[in-house]
Amino acid sequence: MSDPAIQTTSDTSPIPVTVLTGYLGAGKTTLLNRILSENHGQKYAVIVNEFGEIGIDNDLIVESDEEIYEMNNGCVCCTVRGDLIRVVEGLMRRPGRFDAIIVETTGLADPAPVAQTFFMDEDVRAKTQLDAVVALVDAKHLPLRLKDSREAEDQIAFADVVILNKTDLVDEGELKTIEATIRAINPSARIHRAERANVDVANVLNRGAFDLQRALENDPHFLDHEDPDHVCGPDCDHDHDHGHDHHHHHHDHGDHAHHGHDHHGEASAIHDATVQSVSLRAGTLDPKRFFPWIEKITQIDGPNILRLKGIIAFKDDEQRYVVQGIHMLVEGDHQRDWKEGEKRESRIVFIGRDLDREKLERTFLACQAV
Amino acid sequence: MPTVAPLDLDSYCVAARFLADVPVFALADGTVHRLDHGHQTTGAHDGLLTADVAQDGRTLLTGGEDGRVVAHLADGAMTVLAEIGMKWIGQIAAGPSASVAFSSGRTAYVRQAESALRTFACPRTVEGLAFAPKGLRIAIARYNGVTLHWAGMGAKPTELEWKGSHTGVTFSPDGKFLVTTMQENALHGWRMADNHDMRMSGYPAKVKSLSWSAKGKWLASSGAPAAIVWPFSGKDGPMGKAPMELGTRADALVTIVACHPREDMVAIGFNDGMILASRFSDQKEVLLRRPGNGAISSLSWNKAGTQLAFGSEAGDCGVVDITA
Repeated sequence: MSDPAIQTTSDTSPIPVTVLTGYLGAGKTTLLNRILSENHGQKYAVIVNEFGEIGIDNDLIVESDEEIYEMNNGCVCCTVRGDLIRVVEGLMRRPGRFDAIIVETTGLADPAPVAQTFFMDEDVRAKTQLDAVVALVDAKHLPLRLKDSREAEDQIAFADVVILNKTDLVDEGELKTIEATIRAINPSARIHRAERANVDVANVLNRGAFDLQRALENDPHFLDHEDPDHVCGPDCDHDHDHGHDHHHHHHDHGDHAHHGHDHHGEASAIHDATVQSVSLRAGTLDPKRFFPWIEKITQIDGPNILRLKGIIAFKDDEQRYVVQGIHMLVEGDHQRDWKEGEKRESRIVFIGRDLDREKLERTFLACQAV
Repeated sequence: MPTVAPLDLDSYCVAARFLADVPVFALADGTVHRLDHGHQTTGAHDGLLTADVAQDGRTLLTGGEDGRVVAHLADGAMTVLAEIGMKWIGQIAAGPSASVAFSSGRTAYVRQAESALRTFACPRTVEGLAFAPKGLRIAIARYNGVTLHWAGMGAKPTELEWKGSHTGVTFSPDGKFLVTTMQENALHGWRMADNHDMRMSGYPAKVKSLSWSAKGKWLASSGAPAAIVWPFSGKDGPMGKAPMELGTRADALVTIVACHPREDMVAIGFNDGMILASRFSDQKEVLLRRPGNGAISSLSWNKAGTQLAFGSEAGDCGVVDITA
């Protein structure tokens, strides 16, 4: 019989998965080849929708037809990519071949089913961990894309990292407007500028964006949009002073009776988009109010909520509680102790369509501890 | 006392089978191992995804990531039956008169004896394939149901609709019932006489393994801490009846079931590598193998029902002899 000391097959750490979205021509294949050719000692399995005209230089490429499945639970937003379940299951039978998986989606893909696959399918979830959703955006063509397609907007709304590519094709003024547009759709994504997808691979891979322990740790200025660090250049991933203008209409409520709240979702001039974000702040919350609230909000408004992220301060709780969600899927966990001098406040951002800002704000504030 | 002859390999076991009386183990790394006067190995694919044994019991059929379908004989001889390019061969199924069905993405292929390969374009990915016991008909499990094609003719297919993703399919040995595994933790079934729907649910996990009992009166399934065995003896199948639960364990999940070829008994493989056998009549259990390195991923009996070949996700395979 076998040695009990080596019964560890089920304990192996999950394989990180990066989802790469972006419109046709945004530079996904260029980025993919940059990642694969860089000398980082990592091996990747790449899942593509079809073998494109530009070759992908990798040993392990799997072609997979995008196939959206609705789960049989009566919820229209509970969708997964059936083909990914099968391909990931097949790949994971020979796990020694690669260290991470990259999923390249078609230009018109909805990122939600891709991301939800890694949460809703028990087998996939057991063996992999969604690392981040990365959206490539063509700086030149984004305004047009946002006018004619909902998908381009969804991809930005859904992203943890937005690569603003082809910045050499537009001037600085246009870039700032585009960044403001991206920020208006998605205030919590990290933006990196790039030419020919020349972004530092470290800004794309191993982000831990869905890891509750890491997600918001990467972003010390989560929802602090008065802080210019939020928009970064090609080589930047950490805190330092950039002199980027700030494009948000930040309303400083100061000692207003309500707690401060930001109005990021106010449309910027070129933003034809229907996606908005609602960023809310409150003091310490009562868990007995907050949990029923988040459950109810995501049950009722789940189809309209693309992403949600939050850092919650519970009354008499020494630890920060972090929460994130995709449509109706919500997960949360204690993350770490509040630091000395750290302001104990609760912040949450909803990104979605047809969000009722007034209702969200009123009900969120009602979760405050008395 | 059952005795275990281990064969420790180092890749996921896709199929542990017998060809005549030779145990064969098809692994995900593309190798096929035979225990025929010692341990013999052949390389078949760059990545092996699916396998089935032909109905004559003498040929192992495998499909791989390399787009090839290969037939293996007990002596190690290999024949390439088809090559379809770079796409994965996701499913393979053996039918009567040496017919073979396999699939890649949204295309199903059927090869009947000596005739040419027939192609069926499907609107959805082929997730499961099964031949009807009488041969000419093939069932394709897909999103939102099953499509039944006449393998040799261009006749219009029959569509059986049931919402959700159907990940595998099997006919009862008498051809009266068709059962699918689903993406949800449930089985779905159809009575072929009138396409009446049957839903078998209550599983805590996805069902990945189904096995019909010797006379086809029972269908054993995985996906629970016990083998869930549904009665199919009457004309209504399991409708309105409760299943038997065999080999229940508190802290483990059944991953593979294999009914004995002669007696009403099932071999039950668990996610910790343990294998039990349980008899339907008195639910008596026998331990066939203690826990191992990985979840049991394949089980099958030899024709006489004296030996059980097993394989695991970690590659620890072997043969249990129950006569010793």
